[in-house]
Formats: sequence, C-alpha cells, structure tokens
Amino acid sequence: MSRYTAVTDADRQHMLAAIGVSSVEDLFADIPRGLRLGRALDLPPGRPEQDVYAHLRELAERNVGTEQEITFLGAGMYDHYVPAVIDMLLERSEFLTPYTPYQPEVSQGTLQVMFEYQTAICELTGLPVSNASVYEGPSAVASAGYLARLANRRARIVASAGVHPHSLQTLRTYARGFGAEVIEVPLQGGVTDARRWSEAIDDDSSAVVFQQPNFLGAVEDAAALAAPGRDAGAVVVGAYDPIALGVLKPPGELGVDVVVGEGQPLGNRLDFGGPSFGFFAASEEHLRRMPGRIAGETVDVDGRRGFVLTLQTREQHIRRERATSNICTAQALNALAGMIYLAWLGRRGLPELGELLLQRTAYARDTVTALPGVTALHGQPCVREFGVRLPVDGLAGVERVLDRCAAHPHRVNPGLPLGRVLPEHPDGLLIALTERRSRADIDRLARALQSALADEQAGEPHPTTAGVPA
Amino acid sequence: MTTPRPASDDALHADPGVEAHARSPAGEPVPRQPGTPLQREPVRTIFEKGAPGRRGFTCPELDVPAREGLLPDAFRRERPARLPEVSEPELVRHYVRLSRRNFDLDSGFYPLGSCTMKHNPRLHERVAALPGHARLHPLQHPGRAQGALELMWRLERALAEIAGLPHVSLQPSAGSHGELAGVLLTRAYHEDRRDRRLKVLTPDTAHGTNPATVTMAGYEVVKVGTAPDGGVDLDDLRAKADPEVACLMLTNPNTLGLFDRNIEQIASIVHDVGATLYYDGANLNAVMGISRPGDMGFDIVHFNLHKSFTQPHGGGGPGSGPIAVSDRIEPYLMAPVIRRIEGHNGGEPRFELDHERPKSIGRLRGFQGNYGCFVRAYAYICSLGSDGLRDASETAVLNANYLLARLRREGVAEFLPAAYDRLCMHEFALSGAPMKRELGIRTLDLAKRLLDHGFHPPTVYFPLLVEEALLVEPTETETRETLDAFADAIAAILREAAQDPDVARQAPYTTPVRRLDEAAAAKRPVIRQREPRDSEST
Repeated sequence: MSRYTAVTDADRQHMLAAIGVSSVEDLFADIPRGLRLGRALDLPPGRPEQDVYAHLRELAERNVGTEQEITFLGAGMYDHYVPAVIDMLLERSEFLTPYTPYQPEVSQGTLQVMFEYQTAICELTGLPVSNASVYEGPSAVASAGYLARLANRRARIVASAGVHPHSLQTLRTYARGFGAEVIEVPLQGGVTDARRWSEAIDDDSSAVVFQQPNFLGAVEDAAALAAPGRDAGAVVVGAYDPIALGVLKPPGELGVDVVVGEGQPLGNRLDFGGPSFGFFAASEEHLRRMPGRIAGETVDVDGRRGFVLTLQTREQHIRRERATSNICTAQALNALAGMIYLAWLGRRGLPELGELLLQRTAYARDTVTALPGVTALHGQPCVREFGVRLPVDGLAGVERVLDRCAAHPHRVNPGLPLGRVLPEHPDGLLIALTERRSRADIDRLARALQSALADEQAGEPHPTTAGVPA
Repeated sequence: MTTPRPASDDALHADPGVEAHARSPAGEPVPRQPGTPLQREPVRTIFEKGAPGRRGFTCPELDVPAREGLLPDAFRRERPARLPEVSEPELVRHYVRLSRRNFDLDSGFYPLGSCTMKHNPRLHERVAALPGHARLHPLQHPGRAQGALELMWRLERALAEIAGLPHVSLQPSAGSHGELAGVLLTRAYHEDRRDRRLKVLTPDTAHGTNPATVTMAGYEVVKVGTAPDGGVDLDDLRAKADPEVACLMLTNPNTLGLFDRNIEQIASIVHDVGATLYYDGANLNAVMGISRPGDMGFDIVHFNLHKSFTQPHGGGGPGSGPIAVSDRIEPYLMAPVIRRIEGHNGGEPRFELDHERPKSIGRLRGFQGNYGCFVRAYAYICSLGSDGLRDASETAVLNANYLLARLRREGVAEFLPAAYDRLCMHEFALSGAPMKRELGIRTLDLAKRLLDHGFHPPTVYFPLLVEEALLVEPTETETRETLDAFADAIAAILREAAQDPDVARQAPYTTPVRRLDEAAAAKRPVIRQREPRDSEST
C-alpha cells in the first residue's frame, strides 16, 4: 500500500472473497506466464514525500531560470509576468482535476471558459471561428497545413523562411504523413521575399504560411503576403504572436484564412517549453474542418443558458478515420490561463502592453546596435524582438560572448544565438523583450555585451559559469 | 460480508414529501426536482461583466524616450480587441464561481473508463512550480539547464524500463500525438527499407484516435474484428495481415478491459508480414511492473502521462505522450534526443541535446515537450518506486474486479451485465441493453441520474462494440467504501427505474444546468459571444 492507495490487508481479503479468487495474482491469469515480468522493475524504491521534494528541488537548482538572470531569450516563448490570480485559479481542484467535459451538466465551468476563450481568440484575430486549443504553436502550424489539405486536396505548401524553424520542421514532419511537399521561400532584407513568394504560389498550392512578426522579429506585410495566396485559391495561414496582436491589424481583416500561434505569452509559464497551448482560429468556411474541441452555447430543458461540446462529428471519437484531426486531449488548463490573462490585461491593457514593447524594443535596438561592431540584422519594424550581428567569429564566438555575459556581475542572458537554429546566421543574436525588462535592464544588457565583446576581442580567457564547462 | 441496507426505504419514510428514492454519498436524500442555488445563478460570461475603464493590469510606465512611427499605420490595429474590462476582484469572483459549476476528481469518484482518473498528488504541483523548473526558458543554454535535462533523461530511462523497450522520446504532447509519432516512425522505417506499405490495422474496439491518426499519417485504415472472448479475432487478423500492412495498432489490455491472451500469436502474425506492432498506452495502468509491452512484442509504445502517471487533466489537457521504441525504430526517432556524456576521471556526467539525426522523422512540436508534465511524472515515479508502481496496477485491477463483483449481484446484473463474463483488468465494460429493454431507461439516463448521486458517470457508449456500453475504471486510489457506495447508487437507480423510469429519463435535477440541447447547439452553432459589450459606444 503506497500513500496514494487505501487497500488494507483486511480490505484485500474481503475484496478477493467477493471476487471469488484467492490471490491478487489470480486476477492476472490472462497474462501468459512467459510475458509476466517475474522480477521487480529496475527502478529505485519508493521514497517519502519530503525526500522526493528535496530531490526535485536539487534538480531545479541546477537550472538557471528567469528569476536568476536578466534574460532576453524569446524565439517563441517569452518571460512575461504571470499574474498571481492565474496561479490561484489554476490550482483550484475544480479546474485542475476534471477530465474533458464529456458530461456537460457538471462541466459548465470548463465549457463556459472554452466559450469565453473562443470569443477572446476571435476578437484578437478578427476571425469568426476558434477552437478551444491545440497542443502548442509549431504543431498548430502543421495542423493548419492539414486543414488546408482537407479543404482543397492540393499537394504543395508554400512557407516563408521567416516561420519559426520548429514550426517549419513540424510542418514537414506532418506533411510527409499527409502527403504534401513544403516549399520554403527565403527572406529578403529581413522579411519574406515578395517576388519569390508570388512566384512560388500556383494553383497547386494548398496553403501559404507566414509568421507575424517573423522569426527574426520583423513585421511582415501580412496583406501583401495574403493576396497572392487567396488569388491562387490556397488557404492563407498566419502564425501570430498573440501579444503583437495588441498593436497589429487583426489578420482576419487582411485576408488571412487561418490564424494559429503559440499561446504561452498569454499567462503561461515557461516550463522549459511546455505545457502551453496553441490557438487556432479560422474563417467561417473552415468551421467543419477545424481540429479539436469547440464549445457552443445552448439551453437546458428548463431553458437555462448552458454550454456543450459541439460539432463533434468532426472529431476522432465520432468520425474515426474520417475525422478532421486525431487530437483528443489538448491544453484546456493552459487555455484557461490564457483567457484569465486576456481578461486581466483587458481591452486597454493589451494595446498598452504592445505599445510599451514597441518602445522598449526600439530603445534596445538603438542601444545594442550603438555598441562597437554590432549591426542590425535588418531594418524592418519590430514589435518585441529583433536580430543583430555580433563582431565575433561565428556561432562559437557568440556562445562565448553569452558565457561571458552570464559571468558578468549583471548576470545577463542576451538572447538566442541564431546560428544554433539558422546556419546562415552564424554571428546572429535574437533579442526579445517583455514588460519585465526595464530600461535599466536594457542598459545592463548593453554594458554586459560591451564588456563581453571587448574581452572576446582582446582574447581574454573564457569564463567558467555555473554548470558550463570551460 | 455485509450488504448495505438500501437507502431508499429510509428516505421514503423520513420525508415522503421529498420523494427521494435514494441518498447521495453524503447521506443526503437525492432530489427528484430541480431548484438549487447554482441553478438560480444567472449565467453571464466575462464579456457581459465589468465596465469601461476597469482593469486588472497596471502597465509599467514608459521609461524610454517615446518615439513616433515605429509601426507603419497600415499595419496598426485601429480599434482594440473587445476584451473584457474587469477589476481583479471581479475577475477572481467570476472564475471562482465558474469553477463551482464543475465536477472534479478531488471532490468525487470519477470512474471514467479509459481515462485513469487517479488521485493527483499535490506534491507534483509544488515541485513543478519551483522557479528552476517553471521559470526555465526552453532555449536556455543546455549547460545552464543540466537539472532539467537530467530529469528528462531519468524519466526516459524509467519509462524505457516500464515499457521494456530501450529508447524513449518525450516529445509528443498527448497520447494522440504519440500515436502520430508512432505511425510516422513506422512509415519512415518502411520507406528507409524501400518497402511501400498502404494500410494500418486497428481492432474494431480501438480508441477513435487510432483510425484518425492512421489517416493523418497517410495510410488506409483496415478494421480487424473481435473474437467472442473479447480479444482480437485471429482468423480475421491472419486474413488481413498481408505485405501491404504497415502496422497493427493495439491496446492491451484492450478497450473492453481485457488482456488479449493471444498477444504472442498476434505479434508473430504481424511481424511475419514485416509490419510493426504499436501499443496504445491508454491502458498501461493495468500492467505496470507486471508485464511489459516490449516483452509482448510491441515495437512502439506511447504513454499517457496524464493517465497512468497522474498528471492532472485540467478539464481537457495538458497531457503528455512520450513514446518508447525498439532498436530497429530508434534511428527515426524525433530530434533532438538527450545524451548523457560520462564525466572524465569520475567527474559529473553532462547532458546534451543531440540534433544530429539524419534519419529522424524530424520534430512533432516546438522545444522539448511538455516538461511541466515530465516533472510531475518523474516525481510520481520517485514516490512510488518499483514496488509502488506494481502495487498501483495490482490495486487498480483489484478495485475493478471488486466493483465488477459488486455489480454482478442480483438487482443489477440482470439489467447491466458485464459485456464479457471474465475477470477484467483495470476496467470493465457493462451493457445497458437489458436495462433499456426491461426498465425503459438508457445508459445515458443512468449516467445522468448518477450525477444526482454525486458520482461522475463512467464512459458511456464506448466501446462501440457493446450495446448501450458503460466502461468503468475505478483506479487504484479509490477506497472500498467509495466502490461500495457507487455500486449501491447503481442498484438504487435501477430500483427507482423499476418503479418510475421517468425519474432517470428526466435526470439530472441537482446539477448547475440540466440536460442540454446538444442538437440545437450543433445545428446553429453559437461558438463565441457575437457582441462583446462595446465600451466604445457606451
């Protein structure tokens, strides 16, 4: 008996007698003898709660989290402040521990949250249809590709190189299964090359996919990217940063058919990459091709307003091999955090946050590119993230600069070395802002970078920071 | 052994005006009329509350020189999204009140078949919230995320041992995502051998995710029948297993809660035609430490960390669906994988992310997977250890068989017989067909009346093979007292239906809302608030 079970010896005897067998082993008689393990699993023995806590804490302490350094890491997930009300509400048993709302009479809390969330995502994107969440950002992009394939049966997906590399890789993985080819259109001056984009799109294009702002932080001309896709009859897919939608035109007004994205910036913690949620909104014509759960409003037998899972004939448990997706468990709790966050920010707060990021990003860009030898990767408008080139020798040089910044008294993490994911930018650095990074933090970043670059150029010995081998 | 006295007699005598035929687990009479405080509460969304100017968020002040023209006007949003305008107290009250309209595992029995609703230890929430885990950026330099990578590596090793397969990827986000990984791995395996395959076999008892996954991965679904004992029909399997078959997807114990005694023959039939054998891990909770999918002959296994390893389900996620694979599948595993590098001269080992995998199917999502779920699952495995995991499965199977035995008594069994007259594993299927015929209530009615008794109903109308099916999975964390109370409630509902079937047909009465018009919702979908309160015009 572990601390999570409650069958005493007396219970067991009583229960075995009721069943009519003499031992627990008898219950496993259907498992052929040769397939029974016949030994203990090769795992350590169970431990008291306090020991497990200590072990997990020890592991946590060997990570450098965003409480311990001033981080400018972004590239898909961002260190926004998560308000305390989110922690408190997500810990409520009534939200934390139910299953998917299969019995609507006792799931009105979850179902109404889904309905509210769908409303918020529709308002953000300017599209009329949203589901209740998918796994996360990159697989949402891939799922949009699958929706397009179901919509028009065409075999090619045109994707901008400005789409997050993880999204492009995920799209390719999925597309290999559902039988489509992914064609990548390069960037020009930091944004999707408009001429090559138009040339790549033809009447065999199933979907055209861009990201806003793109992976290098640049704001794309979404209307101009959408137009050739629409003209060719392809499904236009935009992968959006939801925070940027506080200041950017709603894509639904620009001819984008499907808007997806990573929901983490909306009130979800970083969690080393998950769980978060993906959002998925679309135009009316794709309603019955949507993946995932959708909540709808209705009334009960007494005329009371209520909510149910609806349009379930799209889903795997009803439609099976003809379902629009295989998704079952998605990210309800994380989408709840997203909804609470949007309500907490509110109608005025989201644009205020976007405006603050625009201004601080501009300041950071000016400050960092004023450092000797540091140049902007592009001159396009940016909302909250931008790329620079460092005057160092390739990716190894950038990594050394990062180690030096980590060892600097300010403990700064300047961002993502682009060479780790994009070999064409070996000396690139992607710097992201949130409202948690003040002007003082940006100035600390500049000082740490300046000092690190000077040491790097002077050939100073490489520092050994916590956990990093010299 | 004592038989609990039927509560209904007592209730009738106590207060004939209430017309209660039974009592809830708390001993209260179970009403037959609506009218609870929650039912009287008006239903308003957050978009229908608040007032212009209210807010929860205070924006930090602009501490840099303000600049104009940072964003071309053509790109700028003209009107703000019509989000709510509420103060923090309003926000808290709204969502706390909404939460009260949910049934949850912490407050009641949740025997939802195939979902493994076992207790969620709160230790897991505490450790997952430690800043070193919760506030760790996924692109942090691996040298500054060694604790996280070591945790993932240790979880991988534990899952490999439990599955009996050597290689693990933690990347998939849920069971269905793990299935997609598995079928795409199968495709990559065959294509690498220049072996063109077209079909994937799934039993007719399979979870809906199996056939849906097969289609997404570009294969044709071929159904395999079920034999009279509830296992795979071997003759049908032999007839359909040909060199065009890429894979057989199987759940064992299957979705009827039965262990397929012919699993070794099934494995050899599938392997003889060069196909892979895929294990849907939804039912792993029956066999942890007792029997391993790898030893049964499976090539690919997915785990549901939100089932067997007690990640809280959150009302529909998050989940996590790691996979374990055999040596022949390993080259195609998703990138990146975690490598443990031994330290020099007895130094500490290092952990790295290895992206160099030329034959890999690539990525299935961003970053490393649902790490927050890994922390919880790993804490669970540490708490239970090898003996505890085995005990969990043994107790899950004991509880299920005990509950089944309780429901085999007179007064229940003639209306709700077990679909298969065998011992079950961690769950069992009942058929409500005789109940429908004899008492005039359907499985749906029974489920709805259970809500008035304070129980979450079992899974209903699945597996599809069983007429008027109920799939009951009590899990190991429930007490005998709870199982007894649940069996008593079922018996009481059946007795009540024998007197007046309308009581169940009109149920529930005590829930925040009563039966909802799902047909109307689907016919004229209202899936968002059409007109959020527009403060600009008020």
